Amino acid sequence: MNTEILGVILQIVLMVGLSYPLGKYIARVYKGEKTCLDFLKPVERWMYRLSGINPYEEMDWKTFLRALLVVNLFWFVWGMFLLVMQGVLPLNPDNNPGQTVHQAFNTCISFMVNCNLQHYSGESGLTYFTQLFVIMLFQFITAATGMAAMAGVMKALAAKTTKTIGNFYRYLVLSVTRILLPLSLIVGFILILQGTPMGFDGKMKVTTLEGAEQMVSQGPTAAIVAIKQLGTNGGGYFGVNSSHPLENPTYLTNMVECLSILIIPMAMVFAFGFYLRRRKLGYSIYGVMLFAYLTCTAVNVYQEMNGNPRIDEMGIAQAGGSMEGKEVRLGSAATGLWSVATTVTSNGSVNGMHDSMMPLSGMIEMLNMQINTWFGGVGVGWMNYFTFIIIAVFISGLMVGRTPEFLGHKVEAREMKIASIVALLHPIIILVGTALAAYLFVHVPQFVANEGGWLNNPGYHGLSEMLYEYTSSAANNGSGFEGLGDNTWFWNYSCGIVLMLGRFVPIVGQVAIAGILAQKKYIPESAGTLKTDTATFGVMTFLVICIIAALAFFPVHALSTIAEHLSL
Amino acid sequence: MKNFLKAIRLTLVFCVVLSVGYIGILWLFAKVAGPNGGNAEIVTLNGKIVGAAKVGQQFSSNRYFWTRPSCAGDGYDATNSCGSNKGPTNPEYLAEVEARIDTFLAHHPYLERKEVPAEMVTASGSGLDPDITPQCAFVQVKRVANARGMNENQVREMVEKAVERPLLGLFGTATVNVLKLNIALDEATK
Repeated sequence: MNTEILGVILQIVLMVGLSYPLGKYIARVYKGEKTCLDFLKPVERWMYRLSGINPYEEMDWKTFLRALLVVNLFWFVWGMFLLVMQGVLPLNPDNNPGQTVHQAFNTCISFMVNCNLQHYSGESGLTYFTQLFVIMLFQFITAATGMAAMAGVMKALAAKTTKTIGNFYRYLVLSVTRILLPLSLIVGFILILQGTPMGFDGKMKVTTLEGAEQMVSQGPTAAIVAIKQLGTNGGGYFGVNSSHPLENPTYLTNMVECLSILIIPMAMVFAFGFYLRRRKLGYSIYGVMLFAYLTCTAVNVYQEMNGNPRIDEMGIAQAGGSMEGKEVRLGSAATGLWSVATTVTSNGSVNGMHDSMMPLSGMIEMLNMQINTWFGGVGVGWMNYFTFIIIAVFISGLMVGRTPEFLGHKVEAREMKIASIVALLHPIIILVGTALAAYLFVHVPQFVANEGGWLNNPGYHGLSEMLYEYTSSAANNGSGFEGLGDNTWFWNYSCGIVLMLGRFVPIVGQVAIAGILAQKKYIPESAGTLKTDTATFGVMTFLVICIIAALAFFPVHALSTIAEHLSL
Repeated sequence: MKNFLKAIRLTLVFCVVLSVGYIGILWLFAKVAGPNGGNAEIVTLNGKIVGAAKVGQQFSSNRYFWTRPSCAGDGYDATNSCGSNKGPTNPEYLAEVEARIDTFLAHHPYLERKEVPAEMVTASGSGLDPDITPQCAFVQVKRVANARGMNENQVREMVEKAVERPLLGLFGTATVNVLKLNIALDEATK
């Protein structure tokens, strides 16, 4: 059998196989049960003491959210200041300048919301100092923010009736010390052994075989690559992310990195089942997500391995599939697999250029982000699915004439309103943003020309580039059709706003729903209860997601990706 | 306000644990166990450093095997990694590929059009791809052998030796690291 396909199968088997034990472990961590990393307790106690935090103080959902939002606000100030000032700060051997205000605004928000959309290039847009004290720091703590929110939601849903949902700071610290940090170290060790740089020496100058001079950018790459994969951050060290041969030097590192994208989001779904002692519910949610993931993977791997028909027409040998924007050591199948893994989660790292992939692959990538619930970002992805469960419970409750309930709590008008706002906000910000950009492009060409013309490709594909950018921003993904010239005033500000809405409105809404549900009186299950852990309900949720999330985007895909596919 | 103070203190604590602690551990590990003490791995010819092992270089001489087209700066600029980001139906892009095919055929007149590997006329994702497929190397053998006055079979054998098989022989792609192959050639004809 084809070794590229075998590689894809192995990666999927490893992901699923490893996510199960990790899910069990994560549930134990948040419950405060005994784990093998308990020797870290003194370190954690020291961290709490220095920060003036009492980890055992229980918070209700409003206090919990206030703590979450305030810490994020401070991170924004911190990031803005350091990015603008980086030119005069230490650890800058290559003498890179500070970022402009609109660029720093975009960069800072994008990393604060765990998106890592990058409108700069890693080699020249940052210094070692900001790579470590803004970018990498944010990659840990913002991922931990999402996980902490999920921990709060789990605690709320597990209790029969409760006012409090745990301590935000404690969840934040545990997510870092017990989950993200140990896994990042393991991945970092593997990357270093395989040849990813991890030093501070600045660019390396070499004279090539043909006598030319080549400068090679390097730096503390391995550390950043490990966490950007594990924390569904995606912001690469180098401009081209994990297609760069120093960021992703071998097929083995590619496997490890691709695995790292999905392992925590997958484990979170299992963790939910274990935490609530409702394994069946966990399995059924996992099943729906895995089904969607595998279907999308099959499409993209086939599309990429099949190659570009326009190049076939030229009469040359396209044995390796569509190789524009791809690397030989990774191959088209592994790039197709990665493109789905990175878009079903809110990771956004790439190991090949999405802009050059086949139109239908581009469509799948965008749909994954537009739906934004198949596994999703660490913590927050599962919470998006939770929104749709609430809606599905409500709709199926009406269909069969029963009071809608989820986990023993009545779902009423207030929760439904929040869930609907969260579910509808996503298509609105994407489509309004794209419409605005397309309008400006057509009707105010002078403005667009002043900003460098924006698009790298004409026709249908140009629309795809703009749609992808807003989709990626709203889903906090961070990958891009990088042909778009997006380091401009318009894109930096408009995407920055979309990024914030796409992150904080859902997180607030979902924690609120869980908090409100948890305060309600517990109703024991009876014969009249709608069962939510069955395959039927899984299918129901799947259909609700397809109808609400996916269908809203059909018209715009008809004009961009589908139109391009039909013109092949 | 109380929250804000906690936020500041907690952030500083995270800086110590992550930006200093985590980085420090990996940095030390790289110093000890990394292929080049934490810097990019290098390759040498006659004791002289001629490149980073994993970073591709531009080759235009007939005496060398060539790497893939690159969009990084003026070609293989390792401070400016970049793909073409051209869409699959972009007419300008397709014309460019067409032109690359013609150039490739002009330098390899013994090839038929259907033997030109797509990898050699499409730009890589990073613009720094150090590898080509074995097939891409085999079609260049005759040109390199002629330019060096070497026996074709001898060059072909060197390519075969340079082929890196898929992981465990089972997973992924077979590749040829162009820089290493060219160094081996230079060493053989010293």
